Amino acid sequence: MTDLHRDPESSEESARSSVGNLPKTASTDVAHQPTHPAPNPAEAHGSVYDGLLEGDAAHWAFGTDFEDPLAGVDTTIPEGVDARALAAYSLALADDALIASHRLAQWTSNAPDLEDDIALANIALDLLGQARLLLARAAAADPSLVPALPEGSPVPPEDALAFFRGDQEFRNVRLVETGNGDFAVTIVKALLFACARMAVLERLVDSRDTVLAAVAAKGVKELTYHRDYAGRWFLTLAQGTEESRRRLEAALRQVWPLYPELFDTHEAERVAAEQGVGVDPATTRDEVDAVLDQVFAVSGVERPEVGRMAAVAGRTGRDGMHTEALSHLLAEMQSVARAHPAGQW
Amino acid sequence: MTTPRLTAVEVVGHRGEVADYLDRESSTLRERAYAVARTVTDPELPMLTLGDLGVLRDVEVTDDGEVVLAITPTYSGCPAMAAMRDDLVRSLGEVGIKARVRVQLSPAWSTDWISERGRTALAEAGISPPRHGVATTRHTGPVPITLGVTRRSVTCPQCGSAATELTSEFGPTSCKALYRCTDCLEPFEHVKEI
Ligand SMILES: [Zn+2]
Repeated sequence: MTDLHRDPESSEESARSSVGNLPKTASTDVAHQPTHPAPNPAEAHGSVYDGLLEGDAAHWAFGTDFEDPLAGVDTTIPEGVDARALAAYSLALADDALIASHRLAQWTSNAPDLEDDIALANIALDLLGQARLLLARAAAADPSLVPALPEGSPVPPEDALAFFRGDQEFRNVRLVETGNGDFAVTIVKALLFACARMAVLERLVDSRDTVLAAVAAKGVKELTYHRDYAGRWFLTLAQGTEESRRRLEAALRQVWPLYPELFDTHEAERVAAEQGVGVDPATTRDEVDAVLDQVFAVSGVERPEVGRMAAVAGRTGRDGMHTEALSHLLAEMQSVARAHPAGQW
Repeated sequence: MTTPRLTAVEVVGHRGEVADYLDRESSTLRERAYAVARTVTDPELPMLTLGDLGVLRDVEVTDDGEVVLAITPTYSGCPAMAAMRDDLVRSLGEVGIKARVRVQLSPAWSTDWISERGRTALAEAGISPPRHGVATTRHTGPVPITLGVTRRSVTCPQCGSAATELTSEFGPTSCKALYRCTDCLEPFEHVKEI
């Protein structure tokens, strides 16, 4: 509640009501003190705005403070686990979420209607949050991953990883970097990605790394909503108009070649799985296929029969071999941070 | 080394009984810190205190006399964490308590942790509170995909009608879905169960 006109007596009153029926003790009385000293507009020597300028600048810190998202979290490497392997695995999971998030955020103010604008932005925000925690986890496990910045730069490690790496240093699968296309392409990408990530995170909750396990436990709850959203739109487009179905089928054929890469076992994933901190995505393939088959069956859509997008000299997204789309995305995403490496936000 | 601390269950589960479980030796500072911290309000749901929202997970006093508060994010991308931390540090500072805030990621926050008083406050503010007890039901095996409309018995916070329909599972903040009442026709927000 923003109430600049609140006088000390009424703020005492509202503080009291906010502690409900607590028995009145010396300790609960402490809570009855107003926490936000409010200016009194009746005072001749001041205006209601005076209070805005006094006190702690923290009033104005909303959204501007990038303190460690893992503040106070135990980031000790589990015994017998190679820190660099844990970091490499965290980075891959982080980059998938970061790049998927940025693509979805590009729909903001461009979606077919307001509800979907909001939905896509919410999904992007969840993924950005996962990315931030995972980048911080990667940086804590292996600080040598973090790009060097000018002396005195206030950029925290997770931001340095997001904004100061080149395209070949990104470890995301290529599916998430490709363009948004029309709404059908975005829905197909979102569905395939959510199904695959959900299956990985459902297993990652048992990671020996407590940070990854915690990120996964929260992520499963979030991904459940993302996957349902994409699945419902897939069904709606398939059973909607002739045009929506035509676009959906075209989108599925266009995106499908990038689906198998989601299940390739990269070295980072193999080692992390062996050490009990990560998940080998190949082990999730049957389960994800079954979920998609269910969506296809309800939607009356055939599973596409198109081959996978080739690796380039044996390398794919996890190896830093990306499509041109990622360079364009990064140019947009990183330009402000790179122009002001010592900037305070 | 720290002094004995309140467990999350004690902090979250027994609100309103502050004095009952505190250990007498060192209760004063913790008790005062907790009493203030739990009444700090959420930046996005200002009708809820951090205590009633269930994000205040732990209060401890270190050997150096520093108060350490643990908060947990509601969603991974919760943009209000920094604001909560600043509000906590400032509010405690105003009563002369130096405090630090740490992040606690596990166990993941659940809407089941919103107190009865919090649910009432949400409803009074025109926001449909989450149903209790459905969020933490343990799944065995993979979570199934739901292609039909989510079925919740949600009543309109304006007129009390049960004739409501889901507009979108995503709303103006991460934690809310959009609904509308087909009786009074008012749109409203529902805090969705996670
Ligand atoms: Zn109504």
